[in-house]
Amino acid sequence: MKKRIILCICMILVTVILLGFIQALVQPKYMSASREGALIAEYYGEETSHDVLFVGDCEVYESFTPPTLWEEYGITSYIRGSAQQLTWQSYYLLEEILKYETPKVVVFNVLALKYGEPQDEAYNRMTLDGMKLSVTKLKAISASMTEEESFASYLFPLLRFHSRWKELGKEDFTYLFRRDTVSHNGYLMQTEIRGGKAEITPSPLVDDTLPETSMEYLDKMRALCEENGIAFVLIKAPTNDWKYHWYDEWDEQIVAYAEENRLKYYNFIPLADEIGIDWSTDTYDMGVHLNVYGAEKLTSYFGELLVNEFGLESRKNDTALAETWQKKLDAYYAERNN
Amino acid sequence: MQFTSVSFLLFAAVTVGLYFSVPRKRQWWVLLAASYLFYFCAGAEYLIFILYTTCVTYLTARLMQKRADAEDAFVAANRDTMEKSERKAYRAKEKKKRLHILALGLLLGFGMLAVLKYTAFVLTGVNSFLSLFGTARVTIPSLLLPLGISFYTFQSMGYLIDVYRKSVRAEGDFFKLALFVSFFPQLIQGPISRFSSLGNQLFEPHAFDGFSFRAGLCRVVWGFFKKLVVADTAMIAVKELTSNTAEFTGVYVFLLILLYSVQIYGDFTGGIDITIGLSEMLGIKLAENFDRPFSSKSTKEYWRRWHMTMGTWFTDYIFYPLSVSNSMQKLSKWSRAKLGDKVGKRIPVYLATIVTWFLTGLWHGAGLNFIVWGLLNCLVILVSQELQPLYTGFHQKFPRLTASKPWGVWQAVRTFLLMGLIRSLDCYRDVPLTFRLWGTMFTDFQWGTLFCGGLLSFGLDVADWCVILGGVLVIFLVSRLGKTEPVREKLAKRPVLMCLCLCALTVVILLFGAYGIGYDASQFIYNQF
Repeated sequence: MKKRIILCICMILVTVILLGFIQALVQPKYMSASREGALIAEYYGEETSHDVLFVGDCEVYESFTPPTLWEEYGITSYIRGSAQQLTWQSYYLLEEILKYETPKVVVFNVLALKYGEPQDEAYNRMTLDGMKLSVTKLKAISASMTEEESFASYLFPLLRFHSRWKELGKEDFTYLFRRDTVSHNGYLMQTEIRGGKAEITPSPLVDDTLPETSMEYLDKMRALCEENGIAFVLIKAPTNDWKYHWYDEWDEQIVAYAEENRLKYYNFIPLADEIGIDWSTDTYDMGVHLNVYGAEKLTSYFGELLVNEFGLESRKNDTALAETWQKKLDAYYAERNN
Repeated sequence: MQFTSVSFLLFAAVTVGLYFSVPRKRQWWVLLAASYLFYFCAGAEYLIFILYTTCVTYLTARLMQKRADAEDAFVAANRDTMEKSERKAYRAKEKKKRLHILALGLLLGFGMLAVLKYTAFVLTGVNSFLSLFGTARVTIPSLLLPLGISFYTFQSMGYLIDVYRKSVRAEGDFFKLALFVSFFPQLIQGPISRFSSLGNQLFEPHAFDGFSFRAGLCRVVWGFFKKLVVADTAMIAVKELTSNTAEFTGVYVFLLILLYSVQIYGDFTGGIDITIGLSEMLGIKLAENFDRPFSSKSTKEYWRRWHMTMGTWFTDYIFYPLSVSNSMQKLSKWSRAKLGDKVGKRIPVYLATIVTWFLTGLWHGAGLNFIVWGLLNCLVILVSQELQPLYTGFHQKFPRLTASKPWGVWQAVRTFLLMGLIRSLDCYRDVPLTFRLWGTMFTDFQWGTLFCGGLLSFGLDVADWCVILGGVLVIFLVSRLGKTEPVREKLAKRPVLMCLCLCALTVVILLFGAYGIGYDASQFIYNQF
């Protein structure tokens, strides 16, 4: 009888291990395609703390380059951005970050405030699957799920990705138990140049008020920063595209919110010329996002603000830190100049 | 809360855990609470309808029981003073009174089903008729159709008829009757149980029985395999083949017949396996609903093996009472006198068969396709009956051939295809279109197109085909292995082997199942009935 029970327990254990293996196999690896899906998980590999942390959607991980911020100002930074990162996801990521470190400045890109409801399962996955299991992650999942999604599939991604057994490729086996680093402290480099402007006219706003839910989470982020003595900064990354148009009506609400809460808000769209952005060379997708050349210009400009407005100081004198960042810079330039 | 959802698994696990934790006398309370919670999750508004059916059933049955008890008491008290003929007359009078109560109960019970399920269908017909005269149309109200209403209404009305016939005593405890009507594993897709077999089982205490629990668990997992791996993968193709009927004609109609047969078999028998398995885990044995139907050698045999509880319900409560009713007896006499014995004796039987199959079709859905489906089944059965002497002659002439295995296989294949052909009315849902598509199988078959990419043109890729064919093979083998004793019972006797099979099956279901995003969330086909 005892032997039977032990055998059954062993079999169940083997099944669980097998399912774990299968789950690791079928989960998307985001190594060659949709690399932005790998960004969130990379944060856990960081060994040093950061002065500045960025949260937000693609506009943060395409507009600021932490290596440039270090190289020019000796400021350490990390971008906890992901594709179409919704405001509540940014909030929960910030809540998670504060368990690991307390930065001096937190920067939030305001574009995602336009979304008041969960949007897209694929983007949810890219943000949430990368998070380590914690209560914060569970809260983030609960807030983010679209109607078609199930909570269980976030805890056991096999339930979501099982059908990928039909399309397994070499990458799935190569990265079964490890991942390459795809970003530079959360910055996803784009070296391609595709200038110009997409000929799309922005559709008129049906309701010009930013959704209540997203504004609530914005306020929660502000409160969280205040509690932890962190300067909370709002920014709007520069774009030259009508597709993801930032409407004046929205901008006015952010300006009012920043004034009311004594926050700094930088809308970089009208400052593009002052920053030196050339829309014919500094974008890789016709003005929707900056490429590395545009991102470096914006980072230089923003670094100046961080030094002057927030009193951040260079930490280049810290030799251990400088050594770590030198490696990051080497990797950065290796990809940039490749 | 679908059977195939994670929430249902958690719900079932908690219910089973609670069931064996509470004092045994209170176990049925756990089931009642779980059943109502289950139905509440399906839709809070549905509760009104199931409560209505329960109240109607309870009150009608109690009234009939009261009269029956009074009748028995009166007869017992006056046994010495009453003549046999007087007693008979008294009983007949009382029976008539109970019949009136029963009629009222049936009217109220079936009335709700008829209103909710068939109003739109009837009014659509009325509108079509009115449109011939250009008259104003009737507005079709949008009515709620509670989940599983056909199943619990039929089960309840069957119970009423049993009480009327004095086959069972009316349940005196309202809550116990409420559990009989709402028992959650069978609430939404049957089997349609009888109070005589299920009632006591629900209310009596059950000690934990390891063997039943293991056998039940095996059956539940097996049901998930059939539903998620086989049926829902086949459903991808069925949906595509039925949504583009202009393109998918000829050989594709034939393929649809095969694939829909696979789908509905996996779906319905899988669902019933989950239902019966879960009940078995609780120590409750439900009636079987299938007995390897696809190995049937005739339509009549097929209907004895497919959806058995529905078949026996219609036989016991519609066909037999109708066949022996006074009006049928009169018709029989009249037809024999007018048309002769040979033809005359058939008329009442045929009429009862036609009515039964018409109602069977209607039970499946409020649509012309379901009625035609029922009547076609009826036609095949009656024609087979008429040709019986011919078959017998053939069997006598070629005894070796007709006793051989290949002949048996041929009969099974023929029945399978015939039933599949008629069943396709269920998925095309349009009678003229279905007939036209059947025609294309004879006029424009074009089987060659299948091998020029056709097999992969309706949503299934090579991997999906492998899953379906592999799944069908496994089901076939398990069916063969379980001829003498069900495989799950064999496994339950060998726990280690059972554990190995369950683990393997779980991995297969989780990996190859057609569930989650990217697949249509598919409820069981019979849920809609």
